[in-house]
Amino acid sequence: MKILVGIKRVIDYNVRIRVKSDGSGVETDGVKMSINPFDEIALEEALRIREAGNADEVIVVSLGGNECQQQLRTGLAMGADRAIQVDSAESLQPLTIARAFLKLVEKEQAGLVMLGKQAIDGDNSQTAQMLAALWGRPQATFASAVELSGNKAMVTREVDAGLERIEVDLPAVISVDLRLNEPRFVKLPDIMKAKRKPLEVIPVEDLGVAPENDLQFTSHTPPPVREKGIMVEDAAQLVAELKTRGLL
Amino acid sequence: MSNILIIAEHDGQNLNPSTAKCAQCATAIGLPFDIAVLGSSIADVAGQAATIAGTGTVYAVDAAHLGDPLAANHAQEVVAMASGYSHILGPSTTFGRDLMPRIAALLGVNQVTDISAVEGSHHFKRPIYAGNAVVDVVAPEAVTVVATVRVASWKAVDGSGSAAIESRPAAEAAVTHSRYIDLQSGGGERPDLQTASRVISGGRAMGSKENFDLIYSLADLIGAGTGASRAAVDAGFCPNDMQVGQTGKIIAPDLYIAFGISGAIQHVTGIKDAGTIVAVNKDADAPIFEIADIGLAADLFNVIPEMKQLLG
Ligand SMILES: Cc1cc2nc3c(=O)[nH]c(=O)nc-3n(C[C@H](O)[C@H](O)[C@H](O)COP(=O)(O)OP(=O)(O)OC[C@H]3O[C@@H](n4cnc5c(N)ncnc54)[C@H](O)[C@@H]3O)c2cc1C
Ligand SMILES: Nc1ncnc2c1ncn2[C@@H]1O[C@H](COP(=O)(O)O)[C@@H](O)[C@H]1O
Repeated sequence: MKILVGIKRVIDYNVRIRVKSDGSGVETDGVKMSINPFDEIALEEALRIREAGNADEVIVVSLGGNECQQQLRTGLAMGADRAIQVDSAESLQPLTIARAFLKLVEKEQAGLVMLGKQAIDGDNSQTAQMLAALWGRPQATFASAVELSGNKAMVTREVDAGLERIEVDLPAVISVDLRLNEPRFVKLPDIMKAKRKPLEVIPVEDLGVAPENDLQFTSHTPPPVREKGIMVEDAAQLVAELKTRGLL
Repeated sequence: MSNILIIAEHDGQNLNPSTAKCAQCATAIGLPFDIAVLGSSIADVAGQAATIAGTGTVYAVDAAHLGDPLAANHAQEVVAMASGYSHILGPSTTFGRDLMPRIAALLGVNQVTDISAVEGSHHFKRPIYAGNAVVDVVAPEAVTVVATVRVASWKAVDGSGSAAIESRPAAEAAVTHSRYIDLQSGGGERPDLQTASRVISGGRAMGSKENFDLIYSLADLIGAGTGASRAAVDAGFCPNDMQVGQTGKIIAPDLYIAFGISGAIQHVTGIKDAGTIVAVNKDADAPIFEIADIGLAADLFNVIPEMKQLLG
């Protein structure tokens, strides 16, 4: 079985986000970029599935400009077998990304697609569900445990009410949550080895996919700021202050 | 025809307050709205939905297989009833986040995630980058708008309505590729985190599962819901459904009290809409004090027992 893993290049989660003064987006110049944290977890899980003998090949996939090859190389260094960059100059929206993934699924005959539960830039949380819908296959979103047996996956999902379990037949799409695993660290020799692993570049047009019904993002603004408030000295003052404000 | 369809969230017995919040967003869009309740034996829930003020018709789609919350089954039903609606809204809860993109893809549209404000029938605002930026989103007018409504941004519409209820059979057969197994609920009897007017949270500093009893006992004294940072959940001090933040619950209580939480952006994004934020942290330089309305630089293991005494 082949597993496709989505790897999105995003601003590192430690970076303080600044909105550009002209409102056209957020500052990315000279900003540290990383693999979307959820995607690292998706890849880790795929590697563990392969290491357990339940998959033959793990393929990392990123849609974006050439710069996303950096994140694909990191994925290869973590242990993915090969990489595909779907080349697109403009940034694509989830429906188009899901359509492109479906083309790759068909081309590679993948049995499992593992994506992040959300990309931490747009916080969309859409791509996995859309791919599953277009493919007509199961979706198991927000996974915090995945157990494969034969042609089925038992997935524990982190939902608002607690932990839900569903069983899905493969092929399927799984989107992963933070508690699924701890991604491994990349070691230097692996980085060297990753340079020799295959990285295929496919222009998005060659997949026969083009943006449709895109949303327009017309303006970006900084969020309203919360003013720093007062400091109190002890618990008694805190309770008194809350009572004065009618909160207790 | 221009109408909004709201997808109700419920657990089979009770309508989730997120539905009445979606109705508030629909009211802001300013078009007539209906509510779809999908499930099994849902007459009660449909009745509750019918009280949401302003509702046109409640469509109760009742079938055994819809009793399980499987997005694959629910999405195909919504698609079957979508024609004639210009907008389909669901909540930004895990229920809505699971379901709505599946509907959007089947309809061939992109989804607007997390509507926090309405500027026009096809023009919305939403937070991105864990709430560090707000973006204006304009959706194409020629196709259906499928969107999730950021529940923390909207007040529930009142329950003074009495809409008509129309029952329907399911349009599609159950999918065979997915099976619901069970739900292990972490929560006890405390007020629901997403709707509680007061929330008390603990962070990594709580140190253990046993110490979280301090949080629970203080919460019980003032009728509060309880929350946690990701670090506290990861460490196994409390269940996952208590996590507040970018990847947990986004909440807007009148009062939020954080004990031993440093104030990472991923946590703070979950409480930005709270009325009053109180932080207790023994590090006077903790970032949470930058956004707290009332701060107390002290050891929580002293402060909580003192507060309990003062309030008990
Ligand atoms: C993609 C991603 C998503 C994330 N999503 C979330 C999310 O949804 N929610 C979330 O919370 N985090 C999230 N995080 C994690 C976040 O970045 C922080 O790591 C986390 O919030 C830290 O939790 P904490 O404040 O409890 O722990 P710490 O940062 O370790 O802070 C503990 C605090 O307790 C104080 N303290 C210690 N002892 C005491 C005492 N006795 N009395 C009083 N104070 C004391 C310390 O001064 C410190 O400030 C996410 C991270 C990533 C990468
Ligand atoms: N440009 C992209 N390249 C590769 N994978 C992506 C891309 N965009 C989204 N994904 C995958 O889809 C997941 C969810 O993204 P989103 O729906 O944008 O929140 C991400 O965690 C990735 O696994």
